[in-house]
Amino acid sequence: MADLGERTLDKAFVMRGLTKTYGEGRTAVHALRGVDLEIGRGEIDVLLGPSGSGKSTFLNILGGLDTATSGEAWFGDQCLTEMNDRQLTLYRRNHVGFVFQFYNLMPSLTARENVELVTEIAESPMEADEALHLVGLGKRLDHFPAQLSGGEQQRVAIARAVAKQPDVLFCDEPTGALDSTTGRAVLRVLQDVNERLGTTVLIITHAAATAAMADRVIHFADGAIREVVINEKRLAAEEIEW
Amino acid sequence: MVSPLHAKLARDLWRIKGQALAIMLVIGIGVALQVMMTGFVASLSQTRDAYYERHQFAQIFAPVARAPEYVVNQLREIPGVGAVQSRISGMALIDIPTRDIPVSAQILSLPTHGMRHLNEIRLTAGRKPEAGKSAEIVLLDSFATAHNIVPGDQIKVTLNGARRTFDVVGTAQSPEFIYYAAPGEMIPDDARFGVIWIGRPALAAALDLEGAFNEALLTLLRGAVEEAVLEEVDRVLAPYGAPGAYGLDDHPSDRFLSEEIAGLEISATNVPPVFMLVAAFLLYIVTSRTIQSEREEIGLMKAFGYTDREVSGHYVQLVVIIALAGALFGCLLGVVLGRITVPVYTTYYKLPFLLFRLELSSFTSGILTSVFVATLGGAFALRRVFKLMPAEAMRPAAPPDFSKAGNVGSNMMRLLDQPSRMVVRRLFRQPWRMLGAVAGIGAGMALSLSMLIIYEGFDTVLDRTFNVIDRSDAAVSFTHSAPIKTLLELERLPGVTQAEPVRNVAVVLRNGRRSHAGAVTGLSPDAELYRALDTNVAPIRLPDKGIVLSKPLANLLQVGIGDPVLVDIREGSQLAVTTRVAGIAESLIGSPAYMDLAALNRLMTEPQRVSGAYIAIKDGAEAQVYAALKDMPIVAGVSLRREAVQAFEEVMNQGAGFSRFVMGFMAFAITFGIIYNVARVAQDERARDLASLRVMGFFRGETAFVLLGELGVVTLVALPLGVFLGSGLTNLIAAGFSTDLYQIPVVYAPKAYGIAVAVVVGAAMASGWLVWRDLGRSDITLALKTRE
Repeated sequence: MADLGERTLDKAFVMRGLTKTYGEGRTAVHALRGVDLEIGRGEIDVLLGPSGSGKSTFLNILGGLDTATSGEAWFGDQCLTEMNDRQLTLYRRNHVGFVFQFYNLMPSLTARENVELVTEIAESPMEADEALHLVGLGKRLDHFPAQLSGGEQQRVAIARAVAKQPDVLFCDEPTGALDSTTGRAVLRVLQDVNERLGTTVLIITHAAATAAMADRVIHFADGAIREVVINEKRLAAEEIEW
Repeated sequence: MVSPLHAKLARDLWRIKGQALAIMLVIGIGVALQVMMTGFVASLSQTRDAYYERHQFAQIFAPVARAPEYVVNQLREIPGVGAVQSRISGMALIDIPTRDIPVSAQILSLPTHGMRHLNEIRLTAGRKPEAGKSAEIVLLDSFATAHNIVPGDQIKVTLNGARRTFDVVGTAQSPEFIYYAAPGEMIPDDARFGVIWIGRPALAAALDLEGAFNEALLTLLRGAVEEAVLEEVDRVLAPYGAPGAYGLDDHPSDRFLSEEIAGLEISATNVPPVFMLVAAFLLYIVTSRTIQSEREEIGLMKAFGYTDREVSGHYVQLVVIIALAGALFGCLLGVVLGRITVPVYTTYYKLPFLLFRLELSSFTSGILTSVFVATLGGAFALRRVFKLMPAEAMRPAAPPDFSKAGNVGSNMMRLLDQPSRMVVRRLFRQPWRMLGAVAGIGAGMALSLSMLIIYEGFDTVLDRTFNVIDRSDAAVSFTHSAPIKTLLELERLPGVTQAEPVRNVAVVLRNGRRSHAGAVTGLSPDAELYRALDTNVAPIRLPDKGIVLSKPLANLLQVGIGDPVLVDIREGSQLAVTTRVAGIAESLIGSPAYMDLAALNRLMTEPQRVSGAYIAIKDGAEAQVYAALKDMPIVAGVSLRREAVQAFEEVMNQGAGFSRFVMGFMAFAITFGIIYNVARVAQDERARDLASLRVMGFFRGETAFVLLGELGVVTLVALPLGVFLGSGLTNLIAAGFSTDLYQIPVVYAPKAYGIAVAVVVGAAMASGWLVWRDLGRSDITLALKTRE
């Protein structure tokens, strides 16, 4: 295993034979059926596939939110599949940012405070104001979520995710609750973060068009990777046909 | 076929089973208490009434020093009087071989055999004495049982200074002695006080009362005015040395029983509503939470065409099922508790039988109240269902607006980290809701605190009465008032270290229309063994003029220090003298009045007389002293402090006082139930926030802080409120427990507060732990996918 660890240093993630089974016996659901994959540092990868194809499970395991049934997942030289709850928490705290479909902001905190929630505990965060400027919300720092539009809320969520300067950004349907214009703006922000900070970005989406902005498009079906498509040319977010 | 809504209902109930169970328990306890108490009110009062009627219990009791038999005819002529019967009553000492000291007993005459008479005894074994057989007696059943005496046994009795042997031919109960205690004591002890019935000629001969009587029993005709009859009886008997006739209300046995029934009746109306209100509050919390989390389903049902009424009906069913289950459980529990409690009552109330009666009305009212209260609690929450439009309901709820609460203390906020700000803002955003939680926890704590203070109160009664007021080892009462030099005889007994005089005189104290029939206790001004205490528990030096009244007595007569009181002496001199209130004394048992012994004797125009003594005995010399007392003809009775304390403790811990432990347990359970519900609902409402924090890399403990910090603040704020409410509630409960026979003092003991705080903090910590444990179990990714 140490061998594999050394060979993964130039990759963000390396996975070997990753499986996840929920339940037992006849009622068992095989969410992942042995996934092998390597993800390079600084890539934008888009995960496509129908509901139940395993992409969310895959993202949850890489994000340290869930454990695998068997197989290995490496983040640099750290083996995620061998971490306990505390180690997984530290991994999420120091290396990972999440963006969700329903934003998941703390309604009782302002935009700035929502970001500070993370910068207070991260190892080497950027200023909260800077993160919010990065997503174009420099003028709405002291607004509460209830005073922001859906797109603005999602941008706060992104600012909150990137403020810790994570190595990886996981986005589960980040534009799912947004209209096309707002959705494009949100993708633009993700692209900016990737370019400026060199953050690896993994995006789950149902909107196949989003794939055009990715370095690689990973197609999931029945708990396995069906196909990995490498884009010769990445489109800018605003060029995407919705 | 089970409709999908019914299936949903069943699953919803299963999902909230913990909370539903807690609410069912609260409702159940409330209903159980009601069923039990109303059942006992009915059982006790119906049994009492039937017993009184069947055994012709008198309604007026007229003691007299000695009246010729023909006076009975004068009494019969008083308008409103039904039956009249004379009898002879006296005190005796029974010598029980196994006991060091003799046992005092009341001895009563039985009319000639075969005559139907008032206060008819109920034979439990054997027979009545036969005419002409002067050595045959009937013994009080409970006393005989306590000493293993059965018909056929013989006992030695000292009567009017002469010791004789009697044949026990029967044992009996009587409506006169349903509740009884030795004279001057409040707590019954079967072994220490006896009643003897004997043929009248034999008793008349022994007490020199041939052709005379010393007590008249009367019944009233329907519509007669008791007050008027009492006045007439007093007038007729005045020439014969009558201390004053009294009605059933002042009869010790009936008074205790009636006080008990009245207390139960008050509790039955006051206590269950407290539980119902708590239940309504909890149901409101649970229903509103359920509705909030099911916005989408509600929207969907409405979109499918379900009417508001059908949708509400669905949630009302949830609430009503919980309420009904609770109420039915309560009915069952009430019956079981009632059946279990019957022996507690029959230990202290000597009724011929006591069946726990089921009051059907308490069942129906218990069930209807529960359903009504539950629906009310639910209805408040359901108002939202009507407001919700289907389309709106199916969209995710907008984030709650904190912009107003966010401005609260914005300078202070800068000092706090983000999780703390979340805690503070949530508290301020919905202050009413938080105050509701604070009020709920405060109310629970108040209930616990008041029960704890009441416990302390019982201990204080014991301590004050037996360690501070009465510090003697034994109280000796004489058969009649004796010269003060009799005390010298007592002091000379080997083993007696101290003897102090006491004189009890029957009086009626009057202030205008207010009056109290009782006794004045004459003591030495510098008494040490038995003292009057002021309200600060410091001994009062009895002044040589005036009277010192106990607080309940002063309240009853509505007099204060310096006010005049008419002392109507009902024995000896029979004078009526006005004197002034010289002091107010603390008293927890009875309503005593005190005077300087010399001053009292002056009123009586009988200098240097005493009616008994308090004595102190050297350690280890008890047996010797009792043996000597047994042989003194002047001694009518000896009451040992040690035995009185024991009897008191027994009643408090096993008997009637046991209910305070049950109440205490229920108070603790409710406190925990409220706090747990508050914690659980907060957790439900914030599941997504908490999961988000976990995703961001907050540890379980840090996440729990956001949730439990809120519970902590609410609990902290609730503590002073609980102290405040509890102190007030204690006064109410103490007043409810107290009668003019005894008072439960409200003692704000630090210990009670300490325990109450510990109960609340402990419940908060236990709830916190349960929530914290669940945080570890819950799937954080699931919470993120669902939308509020």
